[in-house]
Amino acid sequence: MPVEPVFETRIDRLTILDEHGRFDEELGAGLIPDEDVVALYRHMVICRHLDEIAFKLQRSGRMGTYPENRGQEATSLGAAYALQKKDWLVTCYRENAGLFWRGLPMELVLLHWMGDERGNEIPEGLNVTPLAIPIGTQMLHATGLGWASKYRGDDGIACTFFGDGATSEGDFHEAMNFAANLDLPVIFFCQNNSWAISVPTRIQCSAPTIAQRGLAYGMDCIQVDGNDIFAVVKAVRDAAERARTNQRPTFIEAVTYRLGDHTTADDARRYRDDEELEMWKLRDPMIRLRGWLDARGLWDDSKQASLQEEAEAHIAAAVQRASDIEALPPTEFFKNMYKTMPPNLQQQMSTMRTSSLGRNPETADQSAVS
Amino acid sequence: MANLTLVQAINLALIQEMERDDRVMIMGEDVGLNGGVFRVTEGLHKRFGEKRVVDTPLAESGIIGTSVGLAMAGLRPIAEIQFEGFLGPAYDQICTHAARMRTRTRGALTVPLVIRVPVGGGIHAPELHSDSPEAIYTHNPGLKVVMPSSPRDAKGLLISAIRDPDPVIFFEPKRIYRAFREEVPEDEYTVPIGKARVVREGSELTMVSWGASVIQCMNAIETSGRDIELIDLRTISPFDMETVSESVRRTGRAIVVHEAPLSCGLGSEIASRIMEECFLQLEAPVQRVTGFDTIMPYYKLELEYLPDAERIGQAIDEIVAY
Repeated sequence: MPVEPVFETRIDRLTILDEHGRFDEELGAGLIPDEDVVALYRHMVICRHLDEIAFKLQRSGRMGTYPENRGQEATSLGAAYALQKKDWLVTCYRENAGLFWRGLPMELVLLHWMGDERGNEIPEGLNVTPLAIPIGTQMLHATGLGWASKYRGDDGIACTFFGDGATSEGDFHEAMNFAANLDLPVIFFCQNNSWAISVPTRIQCSAPTIAQRGLAYGMDCIQVDGNDIFAVVKAVRDAAERARTNQRPTFIEAVTYRLGDHTTADDARRYRDDEELEMWKLRDPMIRLRGWLDARGLWDDSKQASLQEEAEAHIAAAVQRASDIEALPPTEFFKNMYKTMPPNLQQQMSTMRTSSLGRNPETADQSAVS
Repeated sequence: MANLTLVQAINLALIQEMERDDRVMIMGEDVGLNGGVFRVTEGLHKRFGEKRVVDTPLAESGIIGTSVGLAMAGLRPIAEIQFEGFLGPAYDQICTHAARMRTRTRGALTVPLVIRVPVGGGIHAPELHSDSPEAIYTHNPGLKVVMPSSPRDAKGLLISAIRDPDPVIFFEPKRIYRAFREEVPEDEYTVPIGKARVVREGSELTMVSWGASVIQCMNAIETSGRDIELIDLRTISPFDMETVSESVRRTGRAIVVHEAPLSCGLGSEIASRIMEECFLQLEAPVQRVTGFDTIMPYYKLELEYLPDAERIGQAIDEIVAY
């Protein structure tokens, strides 16, 4: 018997605005209205400024560890722009731009990194999940959230974000397998930023692309230039359409780069070459978009100068709101363990400063007198 | 009233809650067409359809993580993990996410999820089919942990668990799935989570247990002929210390019985609490009759491992003679 191929495939890479400023008119014309491109660019600049200020807050001791988003703004922003308000954004912790675009108040993210759970108190009606600290576990929640939309028949979808390192985690594979085999409307959006702290992508995945991991689950998959917001928007729109109409998931690998350290607690100079960093700085999604706007007469230096002032005021106000929040009562952490506080927690809360054992003095007294 | 086994009582509770609330859905391995390996979900796939009774891929973390998402979106998933020995892969999703989502988001997102898990030994099962990991989940704040010892309680507790706004691990002692029948009300009723049941009143000593061990305690008490109070905790987290301490203050003696290993088992916590709350009434040290600090043996020796009426009887003799 002859040996025959039973399955053949290829992985496409989508770029619309490339790093040299070339724009694919066929794919890109009319994809995003000009005024929206301007709005997206403005948003990127403001988010970039937040990174700068957050870094300084951490260095001056006013905030805990913070992960810069620098260089990856086009990914989550493009996705959030392409999706609808009812769709879930199930994020990791480098998706500030998308979360703010959706409407998450900026001071909440600051509060989160200032060690305050109020930063995760997501306003009602905003379909986003809190920043996920454990790597590669939140994709399963997206699978469930997408499933719930399908169960209710409301044609909402869930889009989940994670890094290249997260694709080594078991939960990533379980989430992909569930979504594909149960026909769930989920978009898996991998931000391949080349590094998982100090470990390069090749140690997470030895195949030529991460995108092809989706093939194993019978899922549509594509690689996009993650620093090209046009490509991201198109890929997410196509995936959303597939999810809404056919309840089929899509795996998107967005190739981007972490221009900053992993977090403020990291020093990337210990493990990566300056040469690589300098090369990726030339592919910065913000610079690329600015070039597109300039070429079309939609932007200039004076607009940039006033935007910079606006960004500074905007961030300063957010920092002020985060810093001015009222102090939490010391018993606060007991309050949201359960909807109704059980007796053991009531007792521990009421005696937290009066008994080393959390013992109820009343009960102890009863024991002593009887 | 119907005369039901524990399996039948749980099945009835599932049916009634699914009829009452269309947000309730069941998912897990083999729960659909097959009706579950213990037949707990028998007939539900046919009755409610594949949309609401779902055979999932074989992945415990996937089942729980996906359920967390379903619950956050406002559904009421009931996830089955086939045996307690397979909870391990789901531990991360249970403790990192299900247990923490409410506090992490200050109530903006919650996880009203029930995780049904057959538990414990005594049925001649293979390795990792006979463990008692309840204390592990009791040590994780944010979860509720329930383990009934009778069909009537099982039905009422499961209905409470399904209606509970927080994640509940509902352990089902497989040794008594079909060991006996009990009159169970056919209408819906709830048994409150967090309230123990005094199975038998007594004045000489207090025995505290849960799950299949309650039956072993009852046998030991009957053999001893003594006037012993038996408390079935029913809920392990948060457990009903009020009922325990009220009893121990009267009897002055306490024995805790569980299948799980001795060290850092829930018996340790109960003994500590009795010491704190009933110290001056105690006539003897609190005794524990438990599994050993070993891996649960394969089934040829499982009855040597599990607390039985004989070992419990020895503890009774010792504590009374102290």
